[in-house]
Amino acid sequence: MVKMDEQKKEKIYFTIFKIATFFSVVLLGFILIYIFVKGVSVINLNFLTSMWNHQDITKGGIFPAIIGTLFLAVGVSIFSIPIGISTAIYLNEFAKDNLFNRLIKLSIRNLAGVPSIVYGLFGLAFFVLLLKFGTSLLAASLTLGCMTLPWIITTSEEALKSVPNSFREASLALGATKIETIKMIVLPNSLGGMLTGSILGISRAMGETAPIIMVGATFFMNYLPKSAFDKFMALPYHLFILATQHSSPYSREYALGTALVLIFLVFSLNLGMFVIRYKLRSKKEW
Amino acid sequence: MVDTKIKIRDLDFFYGKKQILFNVDLDFYSNQITSLIGPSGCGKSTLLRCLNRMNDIIPGIKVNGNILYNKFNLYKEENSVVEIRKKIGMVFQKPNPFPMSIFNNVSYGLRVQGEKDKEKIKKIVRESLEKADLYDEVKNRLNSSAFSLSGGQQQRLCIARALAINPDVILLDEPCSALDPIATAKIEELLKKIKKEHTIIIVTHNMHQAKRISDYTCYLLDGKIIEFSETNELFNNPKNKLTKDYINGVFG
Repeated sequence: MVKMDEQKKEKIYFTIFKIATFFSVVLLGFILIYIFVKGVSVINLNFLTSMWNHQDITKGGIFPAIIGTLFLAVGVSIFSIPIGISTAIYLNEFAKDNLFNRLIKLSIRNLAGVPSIVYGLFGLAFFVLLLKFGTSLLAASLTLGCMTLPWIITTSEEALKSVPNSFREASLALGATKIETIKMIVLPNSLGGMLTGSILGISRAMGETAPIIMVGATFFMNYLPKSAFDKFMALPYHLFILATQHSSPYSREYALGTALVLIFLVFSLNLGMFVIRYKLRSKKEW
Repeated sequence: MVDTKIKIRDLDFFYGKKQILFNVDLDFYSNQITSLIGPSGCGKSTLLRCLNRMNDIIPGIKVNGNILYNKFNLYKEENSVVEIRKKIGMVFQKPNPFPMSIFNNVSYGLRVQGEKDKEKIKKIVRESLEKADLYDEVKNRLNSSAFSLSGGQQQRLCIARALAINPDVILLDEPCSALDPIATAKIEELLKKIKKEHTIIIVTHNMHQAKRISDYTCYLLDGKIIEFSETNELFNNPKNKLTKDYINGVFG
């Protein structure tokens, strides 16, 4: 009898999990299909490659917004990946395990949870006004970079922690210095994980809207940014403008088309991440 | 008459406030195998790790006293840890090959030292694998991953890796505790063979192993040396009652 009950219980739990999974998959699927079906009609070569036409949106395209978002991704990467990974290496490999350093690690983890609009405000005060970068691609890259840093540091630290200490010991015991050990053993075995985390952070930054409105994104430009000090258009903000501020009867379709392009860009990045992770996993054997 | 390779004098070791080793005096003789035996937690691994300063990487430790290696004080020269470890190699309890090919595992120490001569590296890798009795088993797959080897083979690979930089002394920290009797026997054979060229110090919890392979045996208890003498003498005619109790299995 007891056995029957156990089986029944198991079945109930199993069903609950199944329904939850089904629900989330359907929800996500619905969003994706909706955006695709409604948005795909406006996507054509002109939409992807021509400049924005604010008066008649059917004539123009979102090229400057695509370029702006890509520039932003590159800018954020240049700033936050090297600093983030170096910080993680210092914290995990060199820093002594004392109260001060533990406090620093805790603060970094907490920074990852700070709302992005707060970073925007900081960027406005610090990069735009104090450092006089103006509302620009540079200010936006640095602002989003600051926002992404805690995430990259945290995931990179996890990647470093996943390298067994026995590898480090073996290397040191063979007369390698700490730096040589990091270069020859620790980094090759954690770089994949660090890059995976970084890309995930960058792709989140690409979708951010709130902070960039404050530090440099603009809703209308008929030229591409020529330097880091120019303003820029970005897909998420463009999407917001089309969906809420524009009076054209086609604006809904064009917003969904823009969303589709943004999703495609982020998906491509994540696909790259998957490839790295897959290659890494086939190598990991300990 | 045998030469003394390493002399430990008045060694105290602290981990935080806790004292692990008490006033250790011990000599290790050249080209001999010395076993350190004793119950778990007696400080034998700590003592071993003092000899190549591997304890340095643990925060909060303190070492008092002297360890002389060829008249060179291991704990006086602050910057020579790397040089010490090139001369005094180590094999760990669990086989810990790097996640790279068999060849690259063995050549690691040479590459770290900046050896560029490919032919020389190849020659040393082969010699080291031969010395570790592994060459015949792996000669056709030097480029496959070290993880494709069995546990015993991995441990012999780790010995070959340590041998490749031609250390003077080899420290082994319970190298057979994760291995089956056949793999253990192979390692014991090879240790007896390589002692002609190296001084060997081995920590073991297996008294039979100490009896089988070592020339000298040291019994530690609670961080103190209870007895040190020739292996036969220690096992057949222990001077100290504590030693007698341990080897007779009264406790352990």
